[in-house]
Amino acid sequence: MRRPLLAAVAEVAAARQRNKMRSINIVIKELYERKSRLLTALIIIILGIGVIVGIRTMTHFSEKAVARELDSLGANVLILPKSATISDYYTADLVGEELPEAYVDVITTSDLQGVDNLSPKLTFPVTIDEEDVYLTGILPLNEFTSKPLWQTAGTIFSLPEGCGSVSVPVSDKATSTRNRTIDSLAPNEVLVGSEVASRLNLLVDSPLIIKGEEFTVTAILPQTGTVDDGRIFAHLHTVQRLFETGPVVNVIEMVGCCSELSKGLLVDGLNKLLPDAKVVTIGQIVNTQQNTNNMMSKFSVISLIIVVLIGGISIANYMFANIHERRKEIGALLAIGATPGKICAIFLIKAAILGLVGGIIGYFVGTILAVTLGPRIADVPVLPLPSLLGYSVLISILLTTLSSLIPAIRAARMDPADILREI
Amino acid sequence: MIKVENLSKKYKVKGKDIFALREVDFTIEDGEFVIIVGPSGSGKSTLLLTLGGLIHPTSGKVFLDGKSIYALSVKERAEMRKTSLGFIFQTFNLIPYLTSLENVQVPLYLAGKSPVEQKNIATQLLTKVGLGDRLEHKPSESSVGQQQRVALARALANNPAVLLADEPTGSLDPALSEELLSWLVTLQKEGHTIVMVTHNRDAVRYATRSMTLINGSVSENGQIVS
Repeated sequence: MRRPLLAAVAEVAAARQRNKMRSINIVIKELYERKSRLLTALIIIILGIGVIVGIRTMTHFSEKAVARELDSLGANVLILPKSATISDYYTADLVGEELPEAYVDVITTSDLQGVDNLSPKLTFPVTIDEEDVYLTGILPLNEFTSKPLWQTAGTIFSLPEGCGSVSVPVSDKATSTRNRTIDSLAPNEVLVGSEVASRLNLLVDSPLIIKGEEFTVTAILPQTGTVDDGRIFAHLHTVQRLFETGPVVNVIEMVGCCSELSKGLLVDGLNKLLPDAKVVTIGQIVNTQQNTNNMMSKFSVISLIIVVLIGGISIANYMFANIHERRKEIGALLAIGATPGKICAIFLIKAAILGLVGGIIGYFVGTILAVTLGPRIADVPVLPLPSLLGYSVLISILLTTLSSLIPAIRAARMDPADILREI
Repeated sequence: MIKVENLSKKYKVKGKDIFALREVDFTIEDGEFVIIVGPSGSGKSTLLLTLGGLIHPTSGKVFLDGKSIYALSVKERAEMRKTSLGFIFQTFNLIPYLTSLENVQVPLYLAGKSPVEQKNIATQLLTKVGLGDRLEHKPSESSVGQQQRVALARALANNPAVLLADEPTGSLDPALSEELLSWLVTLQKEGHTIVMVTHNRDAVRYATRSMTLINGSVSENGQIVS
């Protein structure tokens, strides 16, 4: 007889441990019991928050990418073939069409003011060890001068300083522009972008065969997060010789400066000097990128408004239906001593829990969407943004509790007599 | 002691005034078991809910231990229901997603008891009504009789002086009705004041006093029936 009694006591004791009664427990148990009914409301919150998080994450990384690309490019004026478009900015040297390299000399021998640096480039796709990469011909010091992110690549370059920074002894700005094309990369040397180095297992001093010729890796460039990571850089004249193009380039990047640039004199001068080329300023590029980002920002605001409206109405509807369904319960709770405030609190706690869960899941859904679709939609690598989790939860909780406020107040003001007499 | 003075309750239905209670006067002493009998629509439930501080009367007063309950604030009346009154309903009104134990814990939680006290008291009460082995059963897993006993335990949770029962036998078969009425008699003997409304005249034999309510008026006020 002792065992069943002990077992019963143990069961009662276990049950005692399990049961705690507080408003939040009542809410959680109700949510658990009627989980299928809240699924629709929860899905709406999750989708809404997910869309906002997804758009914000993509916009954030798109803006970052613009900043990073601009930072890494350094150049603020591009001289392109006539057929190039502004969208070719980051890959301006891949457009296929060519410009005469002589344009560099035309500029350097002109009396054009405000030119700090010129970086002509010529790029071709090549296959090395069955890996497709781009081989870009550069004039190394000029390239380095325009790219702050390359400055940690080793000792082959020196750090330029300030506007008019080319490290050539100059007496005045006019003469400085005429002495910019300096060789610092030997014909058999290459610089390798970090991604290519990783793909081809290249180290400094590694040998490399390109189009049947042997090269030596002089430096592995630091990771920049730009197209440069996937490139191999050789001297411009080496690339011209390898591909038998003659003295041509795809693009001339220029660091313009001072009032000549800000007043538009430099661009006007370049247009007159090189009528067969297209001169594009960074202002145009920034505007284009900013327009895209602004559009995405506006879209996220529109999404937020839609989520607030549709989500709010859905939550309020769900709450009204839930209150109607639970009116017996409300009547019983009032009869056993619950205050209207307690009834109101029970529904608001429920709304807050819905908001919390919806916000957290919505954040992860949005982040997964952004990370998965971001590279395809915004053409930028997208990573999770943990800082958005707090905002997601906050917006979600605000949305659900504010939407539930009127239903909760209505529940608190229900006439127990009406409820209990209809029972 | 419950004292009702000149109590009237009027509802407006489709623009017409309908009196649920008309100038009702009576007094119920502590420890009485009073059954108020009346047909459907006679105002029984309205009277009981008015006694419980849940329906504002159109006129008149209800005193509980000398306090006019409708002179109290909403919060004070809720406090009074928590500590001094226990309700039993015809359809039990148990919270469907809570276990028997949790249902009995709710009024204890509302009264501010600690979780340990809640569990101890709820377990004792459920054991007292014969449900010590069904603490973890939800209403849907319990029989009608068991649900009514859980409702009884919940009504007793805060050891109220007054138990108000609205047709508590309405959903029960005769055997279960007798069992519940016997429980109420036991509770009355333990010192609780019990006010029960029902349409079942047979129940009055368990009461110390009965009244009849017809069209909102008390037409009979008898002494001990059995």
